[in-house]
Amino acid sequence: MRRGRIVTAGLVLGFGFLWLPVLLLVAYAFSADRIPFQWGGFSLRWFAALAANERMRDAAFLSLRIAAGAASLAVLLGAAAGYALARFGRFRARPVFGLLIGAPLVLPEVVTGLSLLLLFVALETAIGWPAGRGAATVLLAHATLGAAYVAVVVQARLAESERALEEAAMDLGAHPFTAFRTITLPLMAPSLIAGWLLAFTLSLDDVVIASFVSGPAGTTLPMVLFSMLRLGLTPEVNALGAVILALVGLVLALAAWLLAPRRAGQG
Amino acid sequence: MRRAFLLPVWLWLLLFVAAPAALLLAIALAESSPGVPPFRFAANPENFATLAQDSYYLAAFLAALRVAVLTASCCLLIAYPLALGIARAAERWRLPLLLALLLPFWTGFLLRIAAWIGLLRDEGWINTILHALGFETVPLLYTQGAMLLGMVHAYLPFAVLPLYAVVARLDPVLEEAAADLGATPMARFLTVTLPLSAPGAAAGFLLVFIPACGEFVIPELMGPPEAQLVGRVLWQEFFQNRDWPVAAALAVALLVLLLIPIALFQRLEAER
Repeated sequence: MRRGRIVTAGLVLGFGFLWLPVLLLVAYAFSADRIPFQWGGFSLRWFAALAANERMRDAAFLSLRIAAGAASLAVLLGAAAGYALARFGRFRARPVFGLLIGAPLVLPEVVTGLSLLLLFVALETAIGWPAGRGAATVLLAHATLGAAYVAVVVQARLAESERALEEAAMDLGAHPFTAFRTITLPLMAPSLIAGWLLAFTLSLDDVVIASFVSGPAGTTLPMVLFSMLRLGLTPEVNALGAVILALVGLVLALAAWLLAPRRAGQG
Repeated sequence: MRRAFLLPVWLWLLLFVAAPAALLLAIALAESSPGVPPFRFAANPENFATLAQDSYYLAAFLAALRVAVLTASCCLLIAYPLALGIARAAERWRLPLLLALLLPFWTGFLLRIAAWIGLLRDEGWINTILHALGFETVPLLYTQGAMLLGMVHAYLPFAVLPLYAVVARLDPVLEEAAADLGATPMARFLTVTLPLSAPGAAAGFLLVFIPACGEFVIPELMGPPEAQLVGRVLWQEFFQNRDWPVAAALAVALLVLLLIPIALFQRLEAER
């Protein structure tokens, strides 16, 4: 099919705009110069500096733990919600349920962060829990946000397939639970994995909500980065960008390899 | 059985979505007072009156709206050739191109801002090049332009994806028919592709506009100090002035402002 020259030029420029800053960030991670984005010869010193930076390392591990926990909780909640939205028909409370599960998708981050903080403060005053804020409150907030996304992904996946398969299984005598386990669950599986990854990356990327609901003991990696960027750039940030891009690329390559169609007889 | 199944989800949503929203409204009506936490419950619409009368807050809302409209418009402008280009690429190129669209996105929002800071600073990449060519240093960072650039870069995929979803399903026969009847490429775009892709463009616009209205991080890290958008003002009222009731009132007002775009977006999604 013919493709307009303008479209092609726009495509190239658009991708250039998206990629150029990221590529430069990564390229200058290998520069020896102490000023970021200045070339001072090839060096890995900023990766060593990054590895030795305890504040960033601690924050990175904390962020990974929070993201994994929040994503897992989000999948449990979001899968149940998405299943209900796709399979329960028009139950009476559906409009309210849909509104509540979807709200975090459309609320500005400052609103979500502030309102959840107000809740945690009110709960602490009323029942003494959560005593102080930190990793746990960030995890709860991120799980709520992630569940909204998981519900959408799961609902979309289930909406593609009719109930007929599950009904056929039950007509053939399968217990509803068996039908769920052998038909519905495998059907949902890709959306559960996609939802988990989505919730995980959302949590790793969030600085606004975390800043509101966290306390002194819960400084996540984005919070550290944000305060670093306020003071000015260091080449360690470039090194961090290179490491993260490499990790994301690795995960993508792994996913492509796992999901690639295999030839018969290869497993 | 169904009720028991959904009970934990209901409890979670009531506790972590409905209750915070109710509290936000309650504290927007509260009075600020020294103490921990720094407010006293009341039924006092004073905070909303302040927002409506004080030109500082009005200006914050207008500035946020302006930046959000500009960001969403620029995103759409860049998104059209991207979405069309990906949709018209050969089948085997589409998935790699979509991944290339999302990969910078996955490197993290703050790292992409860091990259722009590195490029735009006075000692940054662009000014170094300008110096080498014999020009003076141009202040690029901490300007309205830098802020807009950062926001367009951050939100671009949100505009491309809904647009791509629509244009990928357009029948190429329609454009070919227009071409056979003698329409120029520009006329084909304006009379065929643009009207047919309008729902996708509207969804993409709103998907950028809605979060951009409350944006805090990019104005803070890339914008000029005088760019006091509502997200930034809310943050300062809360963290610096410790005026929780005014911050809550700002959040409620922002939500009310966004109700119409959110409702529009949900109608577009329901029609799909």
